[in-house]
Amino acid sequence: MNRREFTQAMLAAGAAIPFGITRAAGQTRGGTLNTIIQPEPPLLVTAFNQQQPTLTLGGKIYESLLKYGADLKPMPGMAQSWEISPDGLTYTFKLFPNITFHDGKPMTSEDVVFSCMKVLTETHPRARQNFARVASAEAPDPLTVVFKLKQPFAPFLGCFDCTSAPIVPKHIYEGTDYRKNPLNDKAIGTGPFKLKEWVRGSHVHLVRHEGYYLKDQPYLDEIIYRIIPDSASRALALENGTVQLAQWTDVEFFDVQRFKAQKNLEVTTKGYEYFAPHQWLEMNNRIAPMNDKRFRQAVMHLIDRDALAKRVYFGSAKVATGPISSKTKFYDGKVKRYDYSIDKAKALLDEMGLKPDTNGKRAEIKYIVPPYGESYQRAGEFFRQSFARVGIDLVLVGTDMAGWAEKVGNWDYEMTQNLLYQLGDPALGVSRTYVSSNIKKGILFSNTEGYSNPEVDRLFDEAAVTLDEAKRLELYSKVQQILVEDVPVAWTLELEYPIIYDKAFKNIVSTGIGSHETFGSVYKS
Amino acid sequence: MIRLGSAATIGLMALSRIAQLVAVILLIATFNFVLVRAAPGDPAQVMAGQSGASDPKLLEDLRKEYGLDKPYAVQLASYLGRVVRLDLGYSYRQRRAVVDLILERLPATLLLTVTAFCLALLIGTTLGALAGLAAGSVLDTVFTVLSLVLYATPVFWLGLMLVLVFSVTLGWLPPFGYETINVKLSPLEHALDIAKHMIMPVTSLAAIYLAIYARLMRSSIIEVAQQDFIKTARAKGLSGPSIVVGHMLRNALVPVVTVAGMQAGALVGGAVVIETVFAWPGLGRLTFDALLQRDYPLLLGIFLILSIVVIVLNLLTDLIYRLIDPRMTTGAA
Repeated sequence: MNRREFTQAMLAAGAAIPFGITRAAGQTRGGTLNTIIQPEPPLLVTAFNQQQPTLTLGGKIYESLLKYGADLKPMPGMAQSWEISPDGLTYTFKLFPNITFHDGKPMTSEDVVFSCMKVLTETHPRARQNFARVASAEAPDPLTVVFKLKQPFAPFLGCFDCTSAPIVPKHIYEGTDYRKNPLNDKAIGTGPFKLKEWVRGSHVHLVRHEGYYLKDQPYLDEIIYRIIPDSASRALALENGTVQLAQWTDVEFFDVQRFKAQKNLEVTTKGYEYFAPHQWLEMNNRIAPMNDKRFRQAVMHLIDRDALAKRVYFGSAKVATGPISSKTKFYDGKVKRYDYSIDKAKALLDEMGLKPDTNGKRAEIKYIVPPYGESYQRAGEFFRQSFARVGIDLVLVGTDMAGWAEKVGNWDYEMTQNLLYQLGDPALGVSRTYVSSNIKKGILFSNTEGYSNPEVDRLFDEAAVTLDEAKRLELYSKVQQILVEDVPVAWTLELEYPIIYDKAFKNIVSTGIGSHETFGSVYKS
Repeated sequence: MIRLGSAATIGLMALSRIAQLVAVILLIATFNFVLVRAAPGDPAQVMAGQSGASDPKLLEDLRKEYGLDKPYAVQLASYLGRVVRLDLGYSYRQRRAVVDLILERLPATLLLTVTAFCLALLIGTTLGALAGLAAGSVLDTVFTVLSLVLYATPVFWLGLMLVLVFSVTLGWLPPFGYETINVKLSPLEHALDIAKHMIMPVTSLAAIYLAIYARLMRSSIIEVAQQDFIKTARAKGLSGPSIVVGHMLRNALVPVVTVAGMQAGALVGGAVVIETVFAWPGLGRLTFDALLQRDYPLLLGIFLILSIVVIVLNLLTDLIYRLIDPRMTTGAA
């Protein structure tokens, strides 16, 4: 698809959307959805905190201009249509009329401009990078927003989901210290649900926003998020019906199978397409032996990733073939494959001179177990056994979140496991791990492994500003081939988190954002 | 009639005690500060780590907002200044006053732990005394085995098993939480609702304390029974019950009171495991979360309150000793 076709498709997509979304047959109003939130979020304003529980809960309270389907194509959010200029520099969004904040004040294009250009560029790391590309943002009338970019940025239309660009009220935040605004406790957004009560340590109670702009929505009366810190207790709550929905890591992977057998529950791995959680074994490329490409290639061979997916993640994962997830745009499945082969791993280690001593030991490497739950501990054990087969002692080191963040962020580690969301486009969620410009000490989720390749930098940079999809595919294919050859990190799995819910509830998964969605269209049959 | 000189001496002693107390509290506050900061990482890194996104500006902003950009000594001095002014500060993460957060969670914790503690103390000492008095009998063996089993049972496992049986299988009790959410209840119904929610967490928590007190009381009774003054009481012709109540129990209780006094401090700190398993919104869980999130002001506030409670409870334990055994009164010897 060339630039003109792309633009036309975008125009058509916007124009094809009916004005206002009305209730379909069979959707009834009423009912309470009890679900889980863990850990307890520090606050509910997604503009100021982007932890997963904050986004899950805040996604019901705050909205953005767009949503994304499972195919990652944009869908109307608060914007009912949008246009892109042929040069790819001007994006014009038309908002739905009659959108109001939870305090009754109207939401207009001024709020969108203020949120994106003032608040988010101050408080939201991802949005700061995205909107730094904007030369100007204007609100020519209350229902029109125009963004003019400094240079084309192909995935700009992918920057408007509720987690990346939540819209906050200008009349509340203008001229204040955003993070310390006392009304943060009220969490005033435009979403279909508004905050009624937050009993710390117990639950968060959301109720219907009566002034919601989509006819009849939300269908549910209320959503109650219960704070249940223990994973076994969460599983029991789902089992006995105390809660009717579990998402993300609410339920441990080893518990998922038994819920598949529970008749009243639906288990799906859909709804994570936009995030496409991609996991890898991260190796500090600055330190021997990890600084040798052959060692990193050996690591790809020595891990039985099929077994890892089956035995540690109990089938809730798919083997990753390279830096881009198969769910993300521009995935190239034809890259070089590393099969599970201890012999090939040994041969590579021998070739680089890392030979076993008289005790059969080649090296000792410290592996920091990420503090993200039981599965990461089990994966650490799995890796330790895998490395032992080629004579490498993997010493597992436990730590908590603060310790892990400090060690990895400051490059003070040898090996660990990491996971990042791909956010629908390599320019948004993939390149940050590999480009030299993102090697920033002290900053987590940057290029912490220290990989640097000028050709990779060039390809990622060019692909980000190229509008032609075919050309982008070509550029990303090249970069995938280079990265898979260089193995800056050893990609292990594409995690497929489950969403488990009571079948009485419909539309739980309606987009590629899954449980971060507004839930305005969720109803109880 | 108190003479002037005596009153002045008491006043000086009181002042001296207060000065000592203030010094001890400041020392504890300093120690807590150093201890908490010795852990790797800081709250800005944790927040960035949990967000899945980070950049230098975010870290810089957060550190500036939390005052972590200032020199270590300045931060310590600022903290001690606040302690002197009885200001526990503001939670980084929860963006609320530390004292509010603690007071919000304290009632739930006290309700859980004090109930469990009292039940365990009452039942444990009674069973321990009965077992000790009937040492070597079948009853003693049953009690001993039972207390050993309870002592060895992991508290989280017991909690989960109770949930499995009484909530999932039988459906008699709510699986977790402090109260039923989103219903309107009369005050009496509300109290009963909370009581219903308490049954399983209190039972789980009381089990281990009960075992400790039962075992301690049993061995203490057996030891006291062999003392000369018991033989003397018997020789004097005192009845069995009066020997048990008037001589044995009072003496046997001393080690139990010592252990109970030491454990009472932990009651305020909450029971992290039980609060986690039963999603009980208490102080223990708050402390644990604050530790993981490096929420320094909240952690320091909780530690300071706990330290003061422990000091006060130690004083109370001393007083109870003297009630049980007048020989321990200072200057009585």
